[in-house]
Amino acid sequence: MLRFVVRRLLQVIPTLLLLSIVVFAWLRSLPGGPASAFLGDRATPENIAELNRVLGLDQPLWVQYGRFLGRVATGDFGTSSITGQPVLEEIGRALPATIELSIAALVIAVALGIPLGYLAARHRGRPLDVITVIGTLVGVAVPVFFLGYVLKDVFAVDLGWFPPSGRQSVAVNATQVTGFAVLDGILTREWDASLDALHHLVLPSLALATIPLAVIVRITRASVLDVLGSDFVRTANSKGLAPSTVRGRHVLRNALLPVSTTIGLQVGLLLAGAVLTERVFVWGGVGTLLADAITLRDYPRLQAVLLLGALIYVLVNLLVDLSYAIIDPRVRLS
Amino acid sequence: MTTTWLERRRSRIDDLAGGRSLGAEAFRRLCREPAAIIGAIIIAVFVVVAAFAPWIAPHSATEAFPQLQENLRPGSIPGPQEGFPLGSDQLGRDFLSRMILASQQTLLVGVFATLIGLAVGVVIGTIAGAFGGWVDTLLMRITDVLLAIPSLLLAISVAALAASPSQTTVIIAVAIVSVPIFARLLRGSMLAQRNSDYVVAATALGVKRPAVVLRHMLPNAIGPVIVQATLTLATAILDAAALSFLGLGDADPGRAEWGLMLAQAQTYLDVRPALAFYPALAIIAVALGFTLLGESLREAIDPKGRR
Repeated sequence: MLRFVVRRLLQVIPTLLLLSIVVFAWLRSLPGGPASAFLGDRATPENIAELNRVLGLDQPLWVQYGRFLGRVATGDFGTSSITGQPVLEEIGRALPATIELSIAALVIAVALGIPLGYLAARHRGRPLDVITVIGTLVGVAVPVFFLGYVLKDVFAVDLGWFPPSGRQSVAVNATQVTGFAVLDGILTREWDASLDALHHLVLPSLALATIPLAVIVRITRASVLDVLGSDFVRTANSKGLAPSTVRGRHVLRNALLPVSTTIGLQVGLLLAGAVLTERVFVWGGVGTLLADAITLRDYPRLQAVLLLGALIYVLVNLLVDLSYAIIDPRVRLS
Repeated sequence: MTTTWLERRRSRIDDLAGGRSLGAEAFRRLCREPAAIIGAIIIAVFVVVAAFAPWIAPHSATEAFPQLQENLRPGSIPGPQEGFPLGSDQLGRDFLSRMILASQQTLLVGVFATLIGLAVGVVIGTIAGAFGGWVDTLLMRITDVLLAIPSLLLAISVAALAASPSQTTVIIAVAIVSVPIFARLLRGSMLAQRNSDYVVAATALGVKRPAVVLRHMLPNAIGPVIVQATLTLATAILDAAALSFLGLGDADPGRAEWGLMLAQAQTYLDVRPALAFYPALAIIAVALGFTLLGESLREAIDPKGRR
């Protein structure tokens, strides 16, 4: 087990190194280089040469890359050209909002997706199945930000059931502890703050959940169908086990293996979807940071968000692989 | 009526072969699948509208009409009226004409992004799958890095590279995202062919290596890639819309493209929701069409589905 973990961890390193080279090269390839990006209108050839010397940009590329790697390894991603604050601190403050939103969306997608996919497979070819399959196909085809606007317009603006934007009402005057609004309310026993945060979470997490939900439903359905047709299920049925035992211990257990891998892959969709959803609901998370960075061409921030986004994606999938190896012993052999 | 021995032999062989090739078999299954038919119809309508757009559209996409403009003020955009069935857009242009003409640009973005991604992916996948060894390892490491970045984030970083966003940067950004998928898929499919009997036979007969790869392995391995391309057409159109929404789309205000129109309409959602709804519905329909056809194709060429 330990050897498997170590081997997988070692495999992550070249991926991240290559990625850092891509990001590094990307910043070098900007028109005029970073110096003119920093200086903006004040850029004269003398200014640029001076700044290049100060920033060490007149050094050979491999020296520059070494320094860049050293700074990144110590967590120094530079300062945002919009706010002038260290990028990493900004991300640290915004991250809880995005994680909270993503977890809420993932919970919705898993809690609805697995039962729906299972039921669809059990009722294959009947109306429930057909409607579910059509629903998953349409769900993937709807642009996330459009769905967000529709939900906001109908349920927040017209019906007034949910707040249209933000994470928490100013009126509840919540105490900040961890930055996770729902968790903070529980920790400080400000229950109204927790409820208020949950109330704010409903629409954005629903919008964000659609695509992962559709994917999870389809994978669960396909996987359950696969297992239902297998020999061991036929054996279990024919030796007279109770149908509920067969469903729970034989079908569901084996069918959920591929689903667990898919859930890890959804993290990528969630990170990308968060950029769009957060913009619609003025959420103030990492997605908002990224969207602002794009509009204002804040390269240090863009670079940091992309590198960290990929790092999170890679690490989450590593965790999924590890848990997969625990659930399914066959994985370790291959 | 008497049958000759030759006819009897022929019909026996035909019976053995089932009278159909693998491709014909897949096509026959496809035609029985309602999802495939619906998908194909949606795509056909879309392509026909795009092809004849200049003749169907009553007006141009860029011309502003005085009679629409004079009723245009903050908080009010003229709705449907005589001569303009869908009313005006935010700049006093005919919305219907823009919707029709936009089909061309949207098709263009989807098809070009997919074709570029497909071409690059096929080259990488063919080289990796044909050579194996360290070439394969190196190329797959590079595609792994691209796959390690969530796809929209990758598209964003590529699109943000350009000094000024344009349709070309959108196409390239969306294309790059699909390259690693195509490359990996083809490589896997090629590797599966490497040790198959017909490749060994061709090599033993003295067929040169490039010919074995290009004439024997590639045609047999390309199936899943074509299916993926159909599905990629849908995601390419959706990704392009997302880029436009984030301000990375074409900056030209005259350009009519559904994703761009949808992104621009968000500002006028309270004033005239139709400006967002029609482009959104068009995008959903087209994405659905390509997804339906792609998924049915995938099932049709899957040998497990043969009956």
